Parts: sequence; structure tokens; C-alpha cells
Amino acid sequence: MLDYLKLLILGVIVVCAAIAANYARDMAYMVHAILVMLTAGGLFLWQLRRTDEPVAAEVLETQYMDGPVRAAAIATAFWGVVGFLAGTFIAFQLAFPQLNFEWAQGYLNFGRLRPLHTSAVIFAFGGSGLLAASFYIVQRTCAARLWGGNLAWFVFWGYQFFIVLAATGYLMGSTQGQEYAEPEWYVDLWLTIVWVAFLGVYLGTLLKRKEPHIYVANWFLLSFIVTVAMLHLVNNMSVPVSIFGSRSVQVMSGVQNAMTQWWYGHNAVGFFLTAGFLGMMYYFIPKQAERPVYSYKLSIIHFWALIFLYIWAGPHHLHYTALPDWASTLGMVFSVVLWMPSWGGMINGLMTLSGAWDKLRTDPILRMMVTSVAFYGMSTFEGPMMSIRAVNSLSHYTDWTIGHVHSGALGWNGLVTFGMLYYLFPKLWGRASLYSLRLVSWHYWLATIGIVLYAASMWVTGIMEGLMWREVDAQGFLVNSFADTVAAKFPMYVVRGLGGVMFLSGSLIMAYNLWMTVRRGPVAEATAPAAAPAE
Amino acid sequence: MEETYNIMRVFAGSFGLIFMFAAFVGVILFTLRPGSRKIHRDTANIPFRHDDKPAAADDMNARLTEVAQ
Repeated sequence: MLDYLKLLILGVIVVCAAIAANYARDMAYMVHAILVMLTAGGLFLWQLRRTDEPVAAEVLETQYMDGPVRAAAIATAFWGVVGFLAGTFIAFQLAFPQLNFEWAQGYLNFGRLRPLHTSAVIFAFGGSGLLAASFYIVQRTCAARLWGGNLAWFVFWGYQFFIVLAATGYLMGSTQGQEYAEPEWYVDLWLTIVWVAFLGVYLGTLLKRKEPHIYVANWFLLSFIVTVAMLHLVNNMSVPVSIFGSRSVQVMSGVQNAMTQWWYGHNAVGFFLTAGFLGMMYYFIPKQAERPVYSYKLSIIHFWALIFLYIWAGPHHLHYTALPDWASTLGMVFSVVLWMPSWGGMINGLMTLSGAWDKLRTDPILRMMVTSVAFYGMSTFEGPMMSIRAVNSLSHYTDWTIGHVHSGALGWNGLVTFGMLYYLFPKLWGRASLYSLRLVSWHYWLATIGIVLYAASMWVTGIMEGLMWREVDAQGFLVNSFADTVAAKFPMYVVRGLGGVMFLSGSLIMAYNLWMTVRRGPVAEATAPAAAPAE
Repeated sequence: MEETYNIMRVFAGSFGLIFMFAAFVGVILFTLRPGSRKIHRDTANIPFRHDDKPAAADDMNARLTEVAQ
């Protein structure tokens, strides 16, 4: 019966998408409608071939559901390489404007590729990594199989389809102009459906847990899912101009829209890139170090302090704007207070190694995770400092901000995700160990030196730029034109690009190493999940 | 519109603020309550159980009595 319902829904989607493609008012909408039509059509045929076939009677409650975790782990490595490649390319576009090719204007110029890069690394790489982490951790710490049967597969493929719609949309200029929330209204609606399913799978698994308590990593991951849902709904309130076009108009305008946007933007950092990844940290560092977290009480206080404080920090993005002073002061104060729980969490992660520090010498995976926590500490110190109004008057609109974002994103989110992948791949494919630890060390050093080159060059160029902008002569006239600062930044842009090349080559080494682990890694003992029945 | 804003603003600056702050302090105090150490030690070790397959159906009750003792 359910099969027929699925067929009916897919058939209706195919017809509607075909009608939408026919009446489309712009190219992005038409391409997306055709994509939807082909995907739904393919799924219709696939579903048709399975309908009325005999199905396996009982659900396998004695096994974990690792299929979606494997798929998400592969997607993480893939989108990581794509996102880093896009980032490195646009870094060189800034240094050498000739790379904005004349023949590709309107598709591959900096303005079109930049949102592609940010969304590819945050939502495709980071998001797929968080899917893998959520599905893996919630099962292991609840001692229960994922709830909802194939709903987890729907979440995985639905999210990948969202990424494809968003990325192709950016290249064709379909954007609503809200930073990190660029996808247009119909893509937002699709993500909402996928996200509700994600929340359902997660809550369902928590509800049927076999452990009396909910492990703290799940708290962080659940807060990430719930808060992202809330942020997504509020910041994407828009009215489509036509149901057959990709344009939409934001409901709020002016300073209200700006404040909503940065409430969203900063909490995307706070709950997507921080809370979610802290969930990873609180599970995978204890596992890799083979010791429980240093202080469980501190981890709970870390959680609640982060939840209560982060949500107020957004206005620090709008110093010296039309935003009322009291609001930007509020954002600044909460950002500075946020320093304390962040460092509490960092200390908790690092001290988990107390008594096991010697493992850092022999285990490059643990080294990667610990370095990521160190970067978490560094960027959560730099961030509050930059949110102070006086410091912000120098740093805002300069490349210092870009450097800060990347020390957090590459150092903290990147390295902890790499550590997770190195932990997960042997586990998920029943291998005793990775293909090569030497290659992990290569990856580690390439990535770390790449980040240092990136952050250092952006500090130099950002502060230089800020000082040049405010420099006045004895008569009170500005000394430098904007183009002077652009010219002065060239050497630092090249260094930044080289840092990107190193980070990208590290990720390629990782992709090779993970591939070879699956192909040729030493097979684990008899308990390997490789013996599990096909999902 | 202006009136609604004022009502919300005054509420947020008084009862809302006090409620949030009290809830936060309450959570911290509850975490530090006497006797929580044993539960926390047990919970912190969750990642080291059930690595390969889910717990059996009646495992929850067994775990509950184990923690209570």
C-alpha cells in the first residue's frame, strides 16, 4: 500500500515539474524543474520495479543501520575536495583577476563562485559530516538502531539533492542575497521537508534508546538540528514573485532584515559549525583516546552556557550601522561572555588526554583532533576580541574577518571532520586499521601549515588594509584610495592561495588514503560489520 | 505596532531576562547537585559500550537498576 502511495506522489511530482519547466520564467527555475522531473521520474521507475516484490519480514533490530553513515562519510570526503578546490580557485581569482575568464562571465566569475565555495564547505562538506556523525553517534550512544527505517536514506539523498539545487542555482544567479542562506524559496521549502525528517529520525532513535541517560554529544547534535530548523524558517521568510519563477522578495526589509540575517548568520556558526561539531568532539575524541571525557559536569555546563549565550551574539556583525547602539552593545557583551564556555569546552576536550598525552606521538589521528580543539580555542578567543566595537572599527570589512573565519572553519571544523573520517572508515568497512598512517601524517602537516599560511597572511593584510583606510594627512584628507589597498594586498593574496593549495593537497591525500582503506586495508576480526546482511 | 513593541520590550527586559537567568543558574546548580558524580561517571562511559550492535530488548531495565545501585 505504501509503495502505491509513493508511486502516486512521485508521479504527481513528475507531472508538476514538467508543467513548471514549461511555464518557467527564468533559466535557473527551468533547469531545476527539469532536474526535479528527471530525479522523480528515475525514482518512479526504481520504485515501480520494487513494488509488490516480497519484502524481508522482520526489521533488523539487532544491527546498527550503517548504510546512510557510509554514504554520508563518502559524501563528506567528496564535497570536501570540491569545496576546497572552489575556495583555492577563487583565492587565486582575487590575486589574479585574469582568472575571471571572459567566456565564463556570469557563471564562473568570483561573485558566482564565492557562495558556491561557502555553501560547498559549510553545508555540503560540513553538513554531510554532521549527518554521518549524527547517525553514527546517536545509534552507538543509545544502543538502538535508527528509527524510521529508510527515512534515514531519505534524509541523506534529500540533503544531497538540496546541495545540487543550491550549487547549480548559484552558478545561474538564483539567489535571494541572504549570506549563507542564498538558495531561493523552493529550495528552502525542500530543505525544510528534509530537515523535519532528520529531526524525526534523531528524536525517534533517542526515544527508543536502551541507555537510561542521553550522552552529551546527543545534546549538542539535537540542539544543532532544532536551532538550524528555527533559523532557517525565520531567515527565509520570503514571498515568491511567481510560482513559476525563482525570484522572491524578503518579508522584512532594511535594518530588520539585516538583524535577522546576522542573527541567522552568527547562529549558523554557533549551532551548525560549533554545537554540531562539538557533538563530534565529545564522541570521537574520547573514542580515539580510549578515555571518557575529562569532566562530564563541565561538558553539561559547556552545553547550557553555549545555548544560553550564542543566540544573542549576532548583532556584533552590525557595529556602526543603522542598528541601535544598545543592540550592538548587547551582541558585543554576549560575544565576550561567550569566551568562557568556549574555553571551558576546549579545556575539557584537551584534558580528556590527561594521562594519555603520549598517544599524540604515535597517533596522527588523535593529533589531528587535538589540533582542531586548539584551533577551536584560538578562534573563539579571536572572535570575541573582534566583536568589541573598537577592535571592530579596524577589522570590519577587512580580510582579517576572512582569516578569522578560516582559522575556525579549516582548523576546527576541517580537522575534526578529517579525524572523524579517519576513525569512521576502518570501522564502517570492517578494516582493522587505515591503509597508511604515514599519509595521515602528511595530511596533518600539509593542512596545518596551510592554515597557518592562510591565517597569518590574512592577519597581515587585514590590519594593513584597516590602517590604510583610516590613515589621514595633516589636513584631514584620506591618504589612500581603495585601489591602493588592493595593490598592496597582492603578496598576501598569493601566500593565502598557496596555503589553500596545501590544504587542498592534504585533502586529496586523505581521499586516496580512505579509498585504499576500503579497497586494500587489513581486514578486521570476525566481528566485522562486513558480515552484516545488506541494508 | 509601537505599543506592541513597547510591551514586548519591557517584558523582555524584566521577566524574560529574570526567567532566562534563573533557568540558567538552576541548570548549573542541578548539574552540580550532590550525588550526581556517580551518574555522570556512568554516563561519560556510554561511548565505550555497544560499539558493534544495539543492546538487547530488556537491557534498559537492567541498566537502570545497575545505575541505581
